[in-house]
Amino acid sequence: TPLTDTVPPQVVPGADPSARQLCFAWGPAEVLVCETLFGRAGGFRSPRPVGATARALTGSVAGTGDGAPSSSCVFVVRRDQDIYIHTLRKLFNESHGIFMGLQRSEEELAGKSRKAQLVQVSKNYRSVIRACMEDMHQAAVSTRDPALQGQYSTQVSILSAMELIWNLCEILFVEAATAGPLLLRLLDWVRLHVCDVDSMVREVLSSESPSKHKLFWNVVDVFVLQGRMDEARHLLSKEASANPASMNMYKILDDLMKKMPVPSLGNTQTLTELELKWQHWHEECQRYLQDGTFASNPHMESICKILLGDEDAILEKKELMTTWYHFLVTRLLYSHPTVKPMELRFYAQSSMDLFLGGESSPEPLDMILMAAFEFEMHQVIKECSIVLSNWWFVAHLTDLLDHCKLLQSHNLYFGSNMREFLLLEYASGLFSHHSLWQLGVDYLDHCPEFGRVYLELHIERIPLSTEQKALKVLRICEQRQMHEQVRSICKIMAMKALRNNRLGSALSWSIRAKDAAFATLISDRFLKDYCEKGCFSDLDLIDNLGPSMLLSDRLTFLGKYREFHRLYGEKRFAEAARLLLTLMTAHIAPCSFWMTLLTDALPLLEQKEVIFSAEQTYELMRCLEDLTAGNPDKQKFQDDDVETTKVEMLRLALARNLARVIVKEGTVEGS
Amino acid sequence: AMEDVSAKFVSQKISRTRWRPLPAAALQPPDLFATGSWDNEDNRISIWSAGDLGNAGLNGEYHGEPHLLCDIQHNGDVMDMQFLDQERIVVASSTGTVTIFHHHQNNQTLSADHQWAKAHYHVGQDTSCGGAACTGVVCNNPEIVTVGEDGRINLFRADQKDAVRTIDNADSSTLHAVTFLRTTEILTVNSIGQLKIWDLRQQRNEPSQIFSLAGDRVPLHCVDRHPNQQHIVATGGQDGMLSIWDIRQGTMPVSLLNAHEAEMWEVHFHPSDPDHLFTCSEDGSLWHWDTSTNVSEKPSFLHQGGRSTAYLSHSTMNQSVVSAWLSNDPTKDRMEITNLIPNQTLSVNSLDVLGPCLVYGTDAEAIYVNRQLFA
Repeated sequence: TPLTDTVPPQVVPGADPSARQLCFAWGPAEVLVCETLFGRAGGFRSPRPVGATARALTGSVAGTGDGAPSSSCVFVVRRDQDIYIHTLRKLFNESHGIFMGLQRSEEELAGKSRKAQLVQVSKNYRSVIRACMEDMHQAAVSTRDPALQGQYSTQVSILSAMELIWNLCEILFVEAATAGPLLLRLLDWVRLHVCDVDSMVREVLSSESPSKHKLFWNVVDVFVLQGRMDEARHLLSKEASANPASMNMYKILDDLMKKMPVPSLGNTQTLTELELKWQHWHEECQRYLQDGTFASNPHMESICKILLGDEDAILEKKELMTTWYHFLVTRLLYSHPTVKPMELRFYAQSSMDLFLGGESSPEPLDMILMAAFEFEMHQVIKECSIVLSNWWFVAHLTDLLDHCKLLQSHNLYFGSNMREFLLLEYASGLFSHHSLWQLGVDYLDHCPEFGRVYLELHIERIPLSTEQKALKVLRICEQRQMHEQVRSICKIMAMKALRNNRLGSALSWSIRAKDAAFATLISDRFLKDYCEKGCFSDLDLIDNLGPSMLLSDRLTFLGKYREFHRLYGEKRFAEAARLLLTLMTAHIAPCSFWMTLLTDALPLLEQKEVIFSAEQTYELMRCLEDLTAGNPDKQKFQDDDVETTKVEMLRLALARNLARVIVKEGTVEGS
Repeated sequence: AMEDVSAKFVSQKISRTRWRPLPAAALQPPDLFATGSWDNEDNRISIWSAGDLGNAGLNGEYHGEPHLLCDIQHNGDVMDMQFLDQERIVVASSTGTVTIFHHHQNNQTLSADHQWAKAHYHVGQDTSCGGAACTGVVCNNPEIVTVGEDGRINLFRADQKDAVRTIDNADSSTLHAVTFLRTTEILTVNSIGQLKIWDLRQQRNEPSQIFSLAGDRVPLHCVDRHPNQQHIVATGGQDGMLSIWDIRQGTMPVSLLNAHEAEMWEVHFHPSDPDHLFTCSEDGSLWHWDTSTNVSEKPSFLHQGGRSTAYLSHSTMNQSVVSAWLSNDPTKDRMEITNLIPNQTLSVNSLDVLGPCLVYGTDAEAIYVNRQLFA
């Protein structure tokens, strides 16, 4: 069976416990395996190249030593290897849409329509699996690389097994088919999954005389075993016309097959009615068999025995059924058509025992299906978790069953509950993938207990290669009020921009994060640049700060200082002077910048027209004295000739301005 | 209707979708489109056939999903993409490189024709000169203009090895998109909510005009110009807002229309039917904005089930032009907008419209083709 190939032997390629002691660290999606220096000394073993040979587990070496004897390896072991299979990306993406639809559909509907909705969801999941299987099959057929072909074929069988299990769970748990319809559903299930009979049918029908074909009776038997009566009768009619001697026998058998009562999907008949009719029909078959009607034709006789539910006769067709669960359904069809869900376990167990007959032991897939027939939902999920190489299957199936309200009582002794535990595992796998991380976000959103914490941890680890990607990550965080992460992303981007000398970009990132400290840092860079070059860079940004100017004092100062320059440039001297003074008196300007500001006042003081009023001039003087007196680096001022000259020039200019303004104001008042 | 939309999951996140332009006076609908992917370890440029034309049904509806004709590996995320002519596509990369790919239709292959390596780059203080993402490209054969995260504007000619013109530090913030206003003028949008006009004839490295959003300087991500009335410009912002600008007057948008709940990644006027406009967004929606009819005579295709339809009042400030996009005439003052993708969750990164056909691509790794937009 398909699943046997997929149990990964838990070997980390390259990690050799016999050579070195190993230690482990478990992460959300990955396990770190480290070689330690404990126990055996390093010896002279050089690190072996690993990774390329990793087959069972996707392992990669995070860092190897330089070949020195003491070097050791760290292996990154991923727990969800299927995440990395390219052809499965379709499965992950399409099922994500279905998952989201299911979360949205929350219980608006009641009773029957809710059940119909859930069954539809289940069918949608299965159709995605099937579509993926077809793609994979196509890929296997079209590739010439035998290794790749093998890989694809393995994937096809894994997908096929997943769909088989899912379908059975859909019948038993989601739809919870009741006695009667249950059998019909199981028949569909067998028809869909067991032995591809169509090619055999085509071969027989396309031959010149079908009834002479060596596979003729095989095909008839397969139809009968699967309860496909109309098709079986159609084929048999060919035999009858080719062989008039058996006409009578044929007519009787055909009549029996036609009359066989089957459960109906609607409520047209009660179970008791069906059982009655069935009893009657059964007795009729029994009569024909006993009076030797079919004695001359072993094929027809065997079919009649099958109709009677003769276990030996059915088991004789073992080769045609290929699996014990086909045998189970055939047996139910002909012996217990009104089987109740809870009785399934007995028939399933005995069918498996009879079919395998002690020759072979059940395989993982058999155990999973058996657990389903026993209605041991948790066992199904547990076995699937162990056997399958992905979390996709159990996470989605468990979520669906949880929406069917089938798992509520079950809480784990760790984490929250099984649904959430599995969703977290699956989502963590998505986050470890280069491209699929966006899907992971939505899954974590639907994990009420730990989803948020996981998201916070994962989202910070996404590499921000472009601004566009950063914006997408940022949007995810902002929508969820993850302020801490918003700040950290913006800071990373602002730092990057700063390193690239993109002050404008850096500033807009810190404005977005409302990161005042960083905005101050960048503003200082702008001011430093200004002091060095004598002109502003990035005017288009600074002139357009708008309300964001208020984010930090320094940014406000930067904006206002630039405004001063604009006013000055536009020769609006009075306004410029007032603004300049305010920058100092209102302590908007950092002290370190006062000297620059006072120097900026010089040309205003030197204007032909008096600009600063007496009061303003006094204030300027006080600013200058505060600066020179209060400055702890007074020593520096005295050492520095340029600075001293500047101060002297300022004092002179201020005194002259004061003289002019007193005269002017006196004149104005006097007149 | 949704049934007219064919979808294909392509196992790569799609950042751009573009119809191949039709030859002049072509009567058939477009049949080929190109896609570019992002955020994959291995990114690709792919050429798709939109579906089998031979399978057209009696009513003219098409069946069959898009199928891949050829593809080629692309270094870095595809940030933007534009057909130069029917055979050549210009692609902007997150590595800063701009490449012209050639689609050989005779043997269905793609090849790189020409490449401007690191057309966009940073000059860091401590890092060496590294590529900066090229965020936008626009073509007017043979001219190609690109913009990037480095705030640089490049003008290339398809037949020349070196840039014809480069404006370093054209913008102190990130330039997100570019389009032609006239043959010698371009429009750019940036991350501090500004729309700028650049006259490439002038040697000055300054924009000839700056428009900006009031209040919070919400970043602008996309820009398109009305195909017939060149003074009407549409932009889309980080908050999902659609802004309509009349660049003949004022410095602020004429109207702000709210539809998307997250970044608007692309905006396109319908090239031949500019009463219709299409926008797509990070929030997973794709809106069709229709000003062609007043409410009393809505075309029937807007009434189909499964869509949410809303009417928006047009908050106009200016009405001197007789254009549906600028008008605030009370009888025409309504615009019908329709979300073409209900229940989508992941971002729609790109769309393109041509004739009756719409193509769009998503982060859910699917491409969608709607061939009966106006059915």
